[in-house]
Amino acid sequence: MKLIQQLWKDKLAALSLTVIGAIVIAGIFAPFLAPHDPEEVHMELRFAPASWEYLLGNDHLGRCILSRLIYGIRPSVLYVFAALAASVCIGALLGFAAGYFRGKTDAVVMRVCDVMLSFPGYVMSLAVIGMLGAGLENILIAFVLMKWAWFARVIRASVLQYAESDYVKFSKALGLSHIRIMAKHIVPVALPDIAVISSSSFGTMILQVSGFSFLGLGIQAPHAEWGMMLSEARAVMFSRPELMLAPGLAIVIVVSSMNFLSDALQVALDPKLKSRRVSQPGAAASAEALTR
Amino acid sequence: MGRYIVRRSLLSLPLLLVISFFAFALSHLSPLDPAEAVLQAQGVPQITAELLAATRAELGMDRPLLIRYFAWLGACLQLDFGKSYVTGKPVWSLLGPAFLHTLKLTLASMTAIIVLSIALGVICALRQGKLLDRSVRGISFFLTSVPSYGLAALLIWCFSVKLDWLPTSGMESHASYVLPVAVMTISYAGIYFRIVRSSMLSQLHEDYVLYGRACGLPERRITARMIRNSLQVAVSVFCMALPIILGSTVVVENVFAWPGLGTLTVNSILGRDFPVIQAYVLVLAAAFVLLNTASDIIQAAINPKLQKEL
Amino acid sequence: MTNILEVSDLRIWDSDTGHVIVPGSSFQVRQGSCLAIVGESGSGKSVTCRAVMRLNKASIRQSGSIRFDGVDVSELSEQDMRKLRGKRMCMILQHGMRAFDPSRVIGVHLRETLKQHYGWSRSESDASMVMAMRSVMLKDPAAILNQYPHQLSGGMLQRIMIALAIVLEPDMIIADEPTTALDTISQFEVVEQLAQLRDRLGCAMILVSHDLGIVRTMADEVIVMKAGVIVERGATEAIFSEARHAYTRYLVSSKLALDRHFQRMMEGVGGGVAER
Repeated sequence: MKLIQQLWKDKLAALSLTVIGAIVIAGIFAPFLAPHDPEEVHMELRFAPASWEYLLGNDHLGRCILSRLIYGIRPSVLYVFAALAASVCIGALLGFAAGYFRGKTDAVVMRVCDVMLSFPGYVMSLAVIGMLGAGLENILIAFVLMKWAWFARVIRASVLQYAESDYVKFSKALGLSHIRIMAKHIVPVALPDIAVISSSSFGTMILQVSGFSFLGLGIQAPHAEWGMMLSEARAVMFSRPELMLAPGLAIVIVVSSMNFLSDALQVALDPKLKSRRVSQPGAAASAEALTR
Repeated sequence: MGRYIVRRSLLSLPLLLVISFFAFALSHLSPLDPAEAVLQAQGVPQITAELLAATRAELGMDRPLLIRYFAWLGACLQLDFGKSYVTGKPVWSLLGPAFLHTLKLTLASMTAIIVLSIALGVICALRQGKLLDRSVRGISFFLTSVPSYGLAALLIWCFSVKLDWLPTSGMESHASYVLPVAVMTISYAGIYFRIVRSSMLSQLHEDYVLYGRACGLPERRITARMIRNSLQVAVSVFCMALPIILGSTVVVENVFAWPGLGTLTVNSILGRDFPVIQAYVLVLAAAFVLLNTASDIIQAAINPKLQKEL
Repeated sequence: MTNILEVSDLRIWDSDTGHVIVPGSSFQVRQGSCLAIVGESGSGKSVTCRAVMRLNKASIRQSGSIRFDGVDVSELSEQDMRKLRGKRMCMILQHGMRAFDPSRVIGVHLRETLKQHYGWSRSESDASMVMAMRSVMLKDPAAILNQYPHQLSGGMLQRIMIALAIVLEPDMIIADEPTTALDTISQFEVVEQLAQLRDRLGCAMILVSHDLGIVRTMADEVIVMKAGVIVERGATEAIFSEARHAYTRYLVSSKLALDRHFQRMMEGVGGGVAER
């Protein structure tokens, strides 16, 4: 796509894209890439430093840290992405309906969104987890429930401006069905905006989900997940602080790559931001974080 | 102004009602039967049908929903949130002090965040593009990608373990505020500093700056005007930030064993102590709505144009 | 008559993009006369005026000499330049609403400016401003001083800027599209006030506009700019009747065509409207 070509020109964005691409592939193909079974316990190898067989050493139960890191990509990154996609889809569906049809549909959807958005997101996620119990699926459900309203609202705003345009009016006059109009005319132009919004939320979501796992509310032992690995490492922080390095760095790398990518996307899509005085890394992320 | 306050406050009432209903309905969302949850939390070994029926009657769960809701709401307004399933103690006796501790942490952090963001935001905007601006932006970008618990652990390891300057956890002394507040500030100031900065930058190109200079006013007066105007945006952002940060202290509290709402809630979730969770949601969501209302009122006071919008 | 302003080889470029906005212009303004700078949007008129007062943003650089009353202002320090601004050269902006600090009442800016130049107290500056505002036909000036910019109309704000200029008594006023953002009636009033201002103070004026009607009323000399270059200059009537450059003729004829069309329409309504 032209977009990817444009992104490729910005070296930092290209690097971020590569990093994330590599991580996603590693996560999908984890069983083939990980050198060892992530849950295999070797008590005799507790806290072993890096060796040729165990490239990043072993944790407090003798498990291979590198394998746990690779397998951890799935819950920390891939499943979060799935939750993000679900949330965006729900938000998009409702946002499109509200922005395109307007009138009563719009009013109803917006009222519901207003109510949902006036609840503090973090608190509500905790509430949902509290009711459903700890576990990765429940965290992700909680996130989807909390985030869709924000996506719906932003997507609606984006759709509104395109639904007003003349070619949409002509299509309606020609008698094209609504679905066709939306698919042919509105979706392609709204897609870049949606991409920017989703990518800027992705970094925050990863941080929050791993935060919940860190607290013990997420994935349960013995599964591997970055937040949980950090939690386990914290228990031995005073004696062996180096255990926090691997998962911590992994999170930082993924989140910052995602943020770079999202900013690059925003700049690529909105040429006005290209001028030096306005562009700043994290603009999109900060706008999103405001409504966390 | 007075009329605006009344109208805006009235607007928040329906919302509070919806929140209270949601908090009430929460326990019914759970796949667990509430009576069963009580018995489980209390560690009863064998849950028979009679025991369930008895528990239900005892907790008044056989009355119709709306009656239970209003009874519950009435009790809540008197700060009676029921008793914890796990400890049996009144919920407010657990929630109240915890709320206070979290509030202290939040206020201390907010102060630090506001001071830091404004100072950095203004300075970096005035020195846009120079080394200071670029390095601060780069560092803050990096820091917002770091999970707060990772940062907390790093700081604890550095300052408490290696250097032994500060306590590792708890809430005993003034010194124990330093690290938690530092972590909260570092995590959030990056976002708000950027907002202050971009707000200042947008002021730089406003016509009143041009006209002020054209009239020969000294630069410091013009800068003061720019700060005043960009603070409007900043004030609104900070007002909205307060409730967000109030609810986001959970992880930091956990790492520093801070006896606040976050710690209490996490433990309640793990112990499936529904009344506590319910009360937490109600209190915090209500605080959220009230703080947002207050924030709107403050903004309308600063920018009289907004008063017309209601 | 001496020149109050002599601009030679003024070159303006954007240091970020390297784009040259004005390759090199030279013009003069005689004391007490009005020079109009005419051209379409983007022709470099406003940038040139701001360059004369050295008010362009930092990324816009300029070179060349700008002699104001004999002194080359491009050589002055920022501090000395600031003393000139307001007191000896004044600017009137296009959008009155944006020219004033939106978070304070109008009076604040006016008092600060007068205090800066004259050291007056609040009551002294208010008294002068009220007098000046009355003379520009503003009703209830004392109340206006306590109002916010958004509470006043564009025309009123323009007249407040003119009133400030009356009190400051500069030697040269730069009016950057003063009427473009106004409705027709306000335009008429503001043009009237500007003309009176000139008569009162005897100051020179640089009038930037793309409205040829106002130019014809007020200006003694005209320079026509296109894409940053001065393509024609001369006395007002000469430009309008015997323009040499094709672009000027195009501008003038478009305006005349509109006027004639308007006249024809008005004649149909019973009675022609005299062309300004």
